[in-house]
Amino acid sequence: MLIFELSQPNRHANALQVQAPTAAALGLPKHTLRQTKTKLPAASELDVVRHYTRLSQKNFSIDTHFYPLGSCTMKYNPRAAHRLASLPDFLARHPMAPIVHSQGFLQSMYELQDILKAVTGMKGVSLTPMAGAQGEFAGVAMIRAYHLDRGDTQRTEIIVPDAAHGTNPATAVMCGFTVKEIPTNKNGDIDLDVLKAAVGPQTAGIMLTNPSTLGVFERKIQEVARIVHEAGGLLYYDGANLNAILGHVRPGDMGFDVLHMNLHKTFATTHGGGGPGAGPVAVSQRLVPYLPTPMVGYENNQYRWLTEKDCPKTIGRLSTFMGNAGILLRAHIYARMLGREGMRRVSEFATLNANYLMTKLKQAGFDLAYPTRRASHEFIVTMQKQNKELGISAMDIAKRLLDYGMHAPTTYFPLLVPECLLIEPTETESKATLDAFAAAMISILSEAETCPEKLHDAPLTRPVRRLDDVKAAKELDLVWKGE
Amino acid sequence: MSHVPTELKYTSSHEWARVESDGSITVGITDHAQALLGDLVFVQLPDVGDTFKAGQDTAVVESVKAASDVYAPISGEIIASNDALSQTPELINSAPYSDGWIFKIKPSNTAELAKLLDAETYIKQIG
Amino acid sequence: MPFIPHTKDDISAMLETIGANNIKDLFDEIPADLQVPPQQEIPEGLNELQITRLMQQRAKQDHHSGCFIGAGAYEHHIPAAVWDIASRGEFLTAYTPYQAEASQGTLQLLYEYQTMMASLMGMEVSNASLYDGASALAEAILMAIRSLPKSHPSKTILVAGSLHPHYRQTAEAIVTAQGIKLIEVPFDTKTGTITINSLEAHKSLQAAALVIQQPNFFGQIEEVDRLTDWAHANNLFVIAVVNPIAATLFKEPGSWGEKGADIACGEGQPLGIPLASGGPYFGFMCTRMSLVRQMPGRIIGRTVDVDNKPGFTLTLQAREQHIRRAKATSNICTNQGLAVTAATIFMSLLGENGLQNMALASYQNTQALIKIVSAIAHVHVLYEGNHFHEFVLHLPVKASAVIEEMAKQGIQAGYDLGQTFPALANALLICVTETKTEEDLQQYGKALQAALQTLGKRNGEKNHAAVTA
Repeated sequence: MLIFELSQPNRHANALQVQAPTAAALGLPKHTLRQTKTKLPAASELDVVRHYTRLSQKNFSIDTHFYPLGSCTMKYNPRAAHRLASLPDFLARHPMAPIVHSQGFLQSMYELQDILKAVTGMKGVSLTPMAGAQGEFAGVAMIRAYHLDRGDTQRTEIIVPDAAHGTNPATAVMCGFTVKEIPTNKNGDIDLDVLKAAVGPQTAGIMLTNPSTLGVFERKIQEVARIVHEAGGLLYYDGANLNAILGHVRPGDMGFDVLHMNLHKTFATTHGGGGPGAGPVAVSQRLVPYLPTPMVGYENNQYRWLTEKDCPKTIGRLSTFMGNAGILLRAHIYARMLGREGMRRVSEFATLNANYLMTKLKQAGFDLAYPTRRASHEFIVTMQKQNKELGISAMDIAKRLLDYGMHAPTTYFPLLVPECLLIEPTETESKATLDAFAAAMISILSEAETCPEKLHDAPLTRPVRRLDDVKAAKELDLVWKGE
Repeated sequence: MSHVPTELKYTSSHEWARVESDGSITVGITDHAQALLGDLVFVQLPDVGDTFKAGQDTAVVESVKAASDVYAPISGEIIASNDALSQTPELINSAPYSDGWIFKIKPSNTAELAKLLDAETYIKQIG
Repeated sequence: MPFIPHTKDDISAMLETIGANNIKDLFDEIPADLQVPPQQEIPEGLNELQITRLMQQRAKQDHHSGCFIGAGAYEHHIPAAVWDIASRGEFLTAYTPYQAEASQGTLQLLYEYQTMMASLMGMEVSNASLYDGASALAEAILMAIRSLPKSHPSKTILVAGSLHPHYRQTAEAIVTAQGIKLIEVPFDTKTGTITINSLEAHKSLQAAALVIQQPNFFGQIEEVDRLTDWAHANNLFVIAVVNPIAATLFKEPGSWGEKGADIACGEGQPLGIPLASGGPYFGFMCTRMSLVRQMPGRIIGRTVDVDNKPGFTLTLQAREQHIRRAKATSNICTNQGLAVTAATIFMSLLGENGLQNMALASYQNTQALIKIVSAIAHVHVLYEGNHFHEFVLHLPVKASAVIEEMAKQGIQAGYDLGQTFPALANALLICVTETKTEEDLQQYGKALQAALQTLGKRNGEKNHAAVTA
């Protein structure tokens, strides 16, 4: 049932209404006024509370289910971070509040800038990008600004490995570059000979994830950095997989010039059904002048905003105010709770969990995409064999897992591994949970052999079964028409 | 095994081209390509009168899981678009070489036709 | 160990399964010279009690006793149920609904949101949200450029000078790399709005679209019907930047002029999202069905499952970066799901009546404050014409000084227009919503008067000192 179907004319959530005279009584000119009705529901407070509580119960979430969604780092989101970022004085702080009414917030942001600088080995941080993709945009826009500032106008190309997130090539195009894709070799490393042939005076930079989206560490990263830098290009680090190396290995030491972090992944801020995230950027010395504004500075015992006036070469402003401030506050709280040592434990236990689960699944007969490699914080299982022999796809496994009460891993990404499941358990899951997941996978594999229709028909226990995506895209029903 | 009619010309990017009696070229995507894409849900057609160079993206075919550019096999001016595809894009799935044609082009340089693949070469490529 | 559940026994059993001696071994593919010791700049960890104390102290420093700043973020009453429900773990800790069968809650809610937002704007379709108002405008501009007929390309956009300056700056930062130029159409200094005359001067540019904000940055009501008809007569798309609460009172973008605006976008924050230092908010975007494939961001569709039971799913994904990569409509990946969850509950609780009353009460309170401050000597309301819940007050001194002075009394006086409009250094943009009482307004008047007196006296002393020196 839709909320609109609960609507009754003249019913209101009365306690929530303010009283006001009519527009005519207030003397507003008629030609400026709205003449049409909206489809907003008229419902009681209890109707609304019950409706959305029931909807919430149709979701899988970290709080209710194991959620090994590769590349998304679905770790536990500490309640303290959410609660403390929601203290009334933080919620009531206007983004343009005078700085005397802002010192608490600004100090927290200043500390977060410093922590992120330290943990990435970079020289400057701007917190404002509102998501990973916007962080990518900021990073590539800074690369563009850097070359143009030096009068180096011929650098029109960004190199992207074929395994990259789709946001990488999309971002490069948004920044006015053309994209050159390079292949990955069979062990999951970048092919250095291909890279050497690809770079040149047209190269503005390269966008890399390390560990890569294939779940393995790029072992020749220093060599990659040397090749790109010698060609005059810069290196962009996609921080999607930072959870794998947090506190142990720093993008700055690998030779990267700019990176974004996904705070909703590595720093445990809530995913909220698809956002908001936050995608701060960190840069090496040569890109500091171009960081997006505003940032937070400290002088004369006071925290204050740094704006275009302080940073004349900035790539500019990316949001109305300062990005997803409340998410930044949550990340700050999480970082302060972890502290120096806790930060390192994140990557240690994320790696332990991934390697343990990978070994368990390998022993159970699942094929690994990169069987000779260590897992980083995630790894890939390929169902190519089962697909050929039993007609079972990665999607079938994913849907059947829902019946076992576990969220599916990421499916069909990265695109270059056929029938793949990208599995990321994260550090906050216990051995018992991982064992239960392995047991479920083993059980599904045996179902695939004995009663494959259970997999083709899955899920059977969710509010709906598999949906008709073709109908959804062909007969677009995007708003309720009122029937 | 997908169907590859011997009388047509092909590109390595999976378009087919048929030379009509009036000299115009009808273009579509191959049976192999439609099978890879799956059920088509939308086709973005070129406007009649637009001109394209060989290899330029001219139309877009979209399924639930993929979207793919359709490139002009040869240079020229668009003289017709298959409007039926706006309502029934699935014609490309059911009849890729007949009712599922996408556009007709009036070639500006017929010499380019020689660069297209014959059926045998195309079959080798997708084999 | 915070948030890590492993016991010693777990760790040794797991290492044994893997065949490793210790956790360090698991990093053996990473070059040794890249592995670094702990970063000393990062402080020691805090437990929950310690961090609670710390954050409570920080929050206390940010306390104030009355906010009269608007400028793109507006204080409204948020019913208790909104964030109680939105903060349920099932909404809070779910992710992108790629597995539709495990995400029907989020998906149905987003479909309801799309319906509410499209109808609020009087448009045919809505996406599932973008990051915020300013970045939504940038996306709307890119969308307009993409939607032009191939035979008539243009890379010029006309932007009303009365648009929020941060929106303009953000749009500029995002679209200029693609060679797009934003041309500012100056506003009339008497009304603070744009006029057909100033548009006519830009006719020869053959721009792709005209961006109009309603109510505009100064809180003034633009003549949207005439501006829209002018744009359409000259083959420009109209991009409407709209306050969603005001849209229940003033004409919605779909009804502007003869044909209605082509794209409506804006900041969703007034719909149940706290001020919270500027985010997370959400940007909304609505358009005509004929342009839906050019719209960026996630879109939810209703369909049926294999048993013909209705259900909801992400649709039109082939536009998006994870499929279309370099040719995607945008690089955007996330939406602002949680903020949209709150907004949907907020709109359901208040309904059309509730939102309209909120708008009317805000307008009424603004009128009341205008009356109070108009009685103060040497100040006057700067622009003629109608406004919504913000107005510009001209002061005898710099607005920044008044803001600083009133902050000492805990009152946040407004936005200093001199920051972005050098000619308006003495102008203060003041916002009043339904949250203010008669007493709050009286107190504001007194505080303003006192601040002006203090500043006048100080200036007088300075002048006196200058004369005697």
